[in-house]
Amino acid sequence: MAASVEVQRAAALRNAFGNVLGFFILLLIGVIAFSIRLFSVIKYESVIHEFDPYFNYRVTQFLTKNGIYDFWNWFDDRTWYPLGRVIGGTVYPGLTLTAGSMWWIVNSLNIPLSVETVCVFTAPIFSANAAWATYLLTKEVKGTGAGLTAALLSATVPSYISRSVAGSYDNEAVAIFALIFTFYLYVKTLNTGSLFYATLNALSYFYMVCSWGGYTFIINLIPMHVLLCIVTGRYSPRLYIAFAPLVILGTLLAALVPVVGFNAVMTSEHFASFLVFIIINVVALVYYIKGILSPKMFKVAITLVISIGIAVCVAVGAVLVALVASSPTKGWSGRSLSLLDPTYASKYIPIIASVSEHQPPTWPSYFTDINVLAFLVPAGIIACFLPLTDSSSFVILYLVTSVYFSGVMVRLMLVLAPAACIISGIALSDCFNVLTQSLKFQNLKLFSTATASGDATSEHASGQSKTISDKQLHGEKSEEVAKEKLTKKNRKKEKEKERETTEKTPNKKQAEKRALTLPLEFSVFAVLLIVLLGGFYVIHCVWAAAEAYSAPSIVLTSQSPEGLHVFDDFREAYAWLSHNTDVDDKVASWWDYGYQTTAMANRTVIVDNNTWNNTHIATVGTAMSSPERQAWEIFHSLDVKYVLVVFGGLVGYPSDDINKFLWMVRIGGGVFPHIKEPDYLRDGQYRIDSQATPTMLNCLMYKLSYYRFVETDGKGFDRVRRTEIGKKYFKLTHFEEVFTTHHWMVRIFRLKPPRNRIRVKAKKSKPGQRSTTGNKIDTKGRQNPWH
Amino acid sequence: MEERCGFRGLGRALEFGPLTQRLALPSLLVVSCLLSILVSSASHPEIRIVNAERRIDLTSSIVRAYLTLKVENIGSSDAVEVILAFSSTQGKSISLIKASVPEGKRKKKAYIPLVVKPTASSDTTDEPYLFSISLNNPLKPGLTTVLEVLLVQTHALTPFPAEIGQSETQLVYYHDSAFILSPYHILEQTTFIKTPSKRIESYSREEPTSIGAAEIKYGPYEDRVPYSVSPIIVHFENNNPFAVVEELTRIIEISHWGSVQVTEHYRLNHGGARHKGVFSRLEYQSRGPVSGGSSFRHLLVSLPPKVHSVYYRDAIGNISSSHLRGDQLKSELEIEPRYPLFGGWKASFVIGYKLPLHDFLFESPDGRRYLNFTFGCPMRETVVDHLTIKVVLPEGSKGPSVAVPFDVKQRIETTFSYLDVGGRPTVVLEKERVVPEHSVFFQVEYGFSPISMLAEPLMLVSAFFLVFVSWAVYLHADFSIRKS
Repeated sequence: MAASVEVQRAAALRNAFGNVLGFFILLLIGVIAFSIRLFSVIKYESVIHEFDPYFNYRVTQFLTKNGIYDFWNWFDDRTWYPLGRVIGGTVYPGLTLTAGSMWWIVNSLNIPLSVETVCVFTAPIFSANAAWATYLLTKEVKGTGAGLTAALLSATVPSYISRSVAGSYDNEAVAIFALIFTFYLYVKTLNTGSLFYATLNALSYFYMVCSWGGYTFIINLIPMHVLLCIVTGRYSPRLYIAFAPLVILGTLLAALVPVVGFNAVMTSEHFASFLVFIIINVVALVYYIKGILSPKMFKVAITLVISIGIAVCVAVGAVLVALVASSPTKGWSGRSLSLLDPTYASKYIPIIASVSEHQPPTWPSYFTDINVLAFLVPAGIIACFLPLTDSSSFVILYLVTSVYFSGVMVRLMLVLAPAACIISGIALSDCFNVLTQSLKFQNLKLFSTATASGDATSEHASGQSKTISDKQLHGEKSEEVAKEKLTKKNRKKEKEKERETTEKTPNKKQAEKRALTLPLEFSVFAVLLIVLLGGFYVIHCVWAAAEAYSAPSIVLTSQSPEGLHVFDDFREAYAWLSHNTDVDDKVASWWDYGYQTTAMANRTVIVDNNTWNNTHIATVGTAMSSPERQAWEIFHSLDVKYVLVVFGGLVGYPSDDINKFLWMVRIGGGVFPHIKEPDYLRDGQYRIDSQATPTMLNCLMYKLSYYRFVETDGKGFDRVRRTEIGKKYFKLTHFEEVFTTHHWMVRIFRLKPPRNRIRVKAKKSKPGQRSTTGNKIDTKGRQNPWH
Repeated sequence: MEERCGFRGLGRALEFGPLTQRLALPSLLVVSCLLSILVSSASHPEIRIVNAERRIDLTSSIVRAYLTLKVENIGSSDAVEVILAFSSTQGKSISLIKASVPEGKRKKKAYIPLVVKPTASSDTTDEPYLFSISLNNPLKPGLTTVLEVLLVQTHALTPFPAEIGQSETQLVYYHDSAFILSPYHILEQTTFIKTPSKRIESYSREEPTSIGAAEIKYGPYEDRVPYSVSPIIVHFENNNPFAVVEELTRIIEISHWGSVQVTEHYRLNHGGARHKGVFSRLEYQSRGPVSGGSSFRHLLVSLPPKVHSVYYRDAIGNISSSHLRGDQLKSELEIEPRYPLFGGWKASFVIGYKLPLHDFLFESPDGRRYLNFTFGCPMRETVVDHLTIKVVLPEGSKGPSVAVPFDVKQRIETTFSYLDVGGRPTVVLEKERVVPEHSVFFQVEYGFSPISMLAEPLMLVSAFFLVFVSWAVYLHADFSIRKS
């Protein structure tokens, strides 16, 4: 008796020590997750990256300046001129509100951090949170060891780093945390059946809805899992508690977010949850009735219910199908449809297809983004099947669906990454478990002459310590305290855990016994291999964080013999616009630069990255692909004063407007049929040299990009296309150059004011002008959609 | 006598022909008002100027005039002050007047500064601006003394043509009078005008006038009555950077933990002839000095030695084009705005740096601390239209007082920074039209006890302590509603 008390005390001490260790490991994981994302700040500067983050930054600025009510009612007239955009109702506010409240808290403590600084560091902070959430989720599925491993993997997974480096102030940075945390709470509810966690789950889901359009993944995945559980006969009241409150509360809360609103009950993306909600209620009813009826009566009841139920279901189904079929997209949004049918976007919506992150990924991108996890995942799946629990089946389902989605869009690799981390964490931790256990066993065999019974006790002790460590839910709380002063709540938890562990222990003991048979050399070698694999993963992650994903894309650098050369042309142009043009001037550019222009230059733009109005974008695309005069008319009718083009031909910057030009033609041609793609292609090839078509050489984009370009080197050699340009000497009649940046990467042209009417008439009648601008344009009304 | 003078001025103006015809009206006004104030100025008849030499330096965008006046007291009583007069247009652009008396001969020559004060004038804007120099030693009747006066004017050069293209050079006007405006009788006077280059488009003549290499000499003129005026115009090339900081806010934060943090917010403008038409990068890059001669790219900021943590950025991030050079005596920061500045173009940016505290903060014997820092703009040859200096004293300092060698607007406000509870007393100094000559030391004195340095660390410690205590309480207490 005394010995057992002694053993217990030793175990308790060990556990307390383990908990403290675990806590510090978690803390360090958070530090790693945060600091690995600071490469961009150290190598470049503390600045907002890319395109969308600039919009989020601008919204956050507005929020911090004008308060929450003005934010909800914000009608932004500085974009989509002359339509404007209702920002409050069309934006996912989660990220903005998060950063805004962080800023508010920091400033109410009188710590003078700027909004920009808070925005820059929001993503790293939330990736630390995401790592902790991964720990919680994996711990819920497979225990603390797996949890820590998964947290470490997810802290440094390159796919998530790509979206959450410091400065990458985008929805995904926060949303991935919300996603994992929602899953954790779901699994937690599933394991405990506690309504408290179910409510928290709904709140966390609400946060996810606020943050990202990807919330539909949750509201489809969880019903799928519930359905899977029901079909495989794993229905339990815990499943009901985990699902039903989520659907009710979650849908109600989701409808509060303006951008979702009634979509939460109207669009097809959400139907799965309602359908499964009905099913789970029916199943629950069946189980209930089964419980109170005798088996014979139950059979009678079943036949009755089934015959009536089928009739009702058919009727309801018919109504639903009719409703859904009446909408042209079958109630799905364009992005969702392109997920279900990967060829949909390229067929019907060029604007979605034109975005590089909506393309399907290539095989190498799997390697760069999840690296060795790709090889560990199969092992993890096997580990999840030993034994298959509700929670591990959820993880497997999550992985399988996210693999499919990542195969459709590069961007959704981000959803795959946490799943891969969790599964690989489980695999790695199980491997280590098996190998170290066998090492320990071999050690005992080598260095002690103890009998088999001695082994058995040690094994028993280790088994016991394991059960206690499983018991230990809150790593922070010390064991003694928990033991001596058990509240009722805690005791309940304890009981549940005990029940679980009694379920688990036999399996575990079996596994241990099997594992113990591994020979020493093999296990040492295998441990070394795994460590090597882990080392390789870490090196790759650091490389990805430092080299691949840290460039802010508004500043470019190149290594030259004299040292680092900085290309800061974008900000040069935006700063020029913001200081040297009138506040109300309108700037036209391709939509990629819309967010940056409004945020950095504070000028009104015609189209931006929100791309909500295809016609408007097509108008700009048409203007860019039209000859100068027609383009001038379109722009003039839109009140445009300046046209901004991005040109990489002088320094070899490949993602410039000439390379994006075919998308402008396609999108423009989609709405205004007089723009035809074949007119810009010579024998199906897109070229800008002397073989290019006259339509191409006379379009506005070509002219603005290459205006006086030939005078730089005498030949007009384009370093991106690696060719001499086709038309070298030409003059602009309706535009004038007002600013070109240092490396010619951004060129800004001003529309010349309209000439006197008589002169314009005289010009129009000139036949020579027409023939050079292409002969297919006849009626003026068709050129300009605004007349 | 006055009438003669008036007609004379008018006649001159008319003689200049079309170029200066627009001057005729203002000069008429000036003359007419001169007549009215002559009565009041008749109270200083006892002084006359024996010899006056004026050198006007037009080589940069700031106009500097050096006056050497030999003053004689011809009255019967001691003269305690000498009045300087400037025309109303000139008066508006005056940024600084310094007067001094040279003493000693040759190598031992020292200049003793004198107090210059604007005399109260009536509200009408056309009256001449009068400044009085108070003499340290009253001038006895019959004696003479020499006064050296430095006059600095901003925005005194008017670009003409007002708009130029990219490759044109910048031409400016300078308006003045050939005679020194003075309430006293001037026996003999000469004016030299120095221009930055030989290229002088045109200049008014007031015989005897002679022109040398980049210098015009007016005079000597003899025996001019008080308030004699003869407007002149010089039209010449000036391609020097017309860098004008429209607004500069310097925030000087003192931390007793060892550093002075300076943050300077600039709103820069090219104050020369406005840029017209296109800007061609091609021409700017291939024919740099010729094309865009009036524009500027580089600006030189002189910073104190041992400066560190220097940054140069604007609202959208870091500006990568800057160089810092430094040695024991000074540091120089060469900055480039994001784009070259042409006439009328603007740019705004922030420069920040840290300095070691012991170089600038001293403790006086009575225990009070005083900060010794430079006023003015650290940028070279730059006019600041509106300068605000905020000296943020540490939390807990008391009774700040300021010593500035010239008139500034002062007020005290409170700023809140890292974890402040009571706020930091902040001395705000404001001044219009600041030129490099204003870059002299000023002092802010305040009382401070080192105990208040510990306030914030103690606050943090106690906050963390409270967190841990409450955690411990939470773990030990039973919060369940129903006891089992």
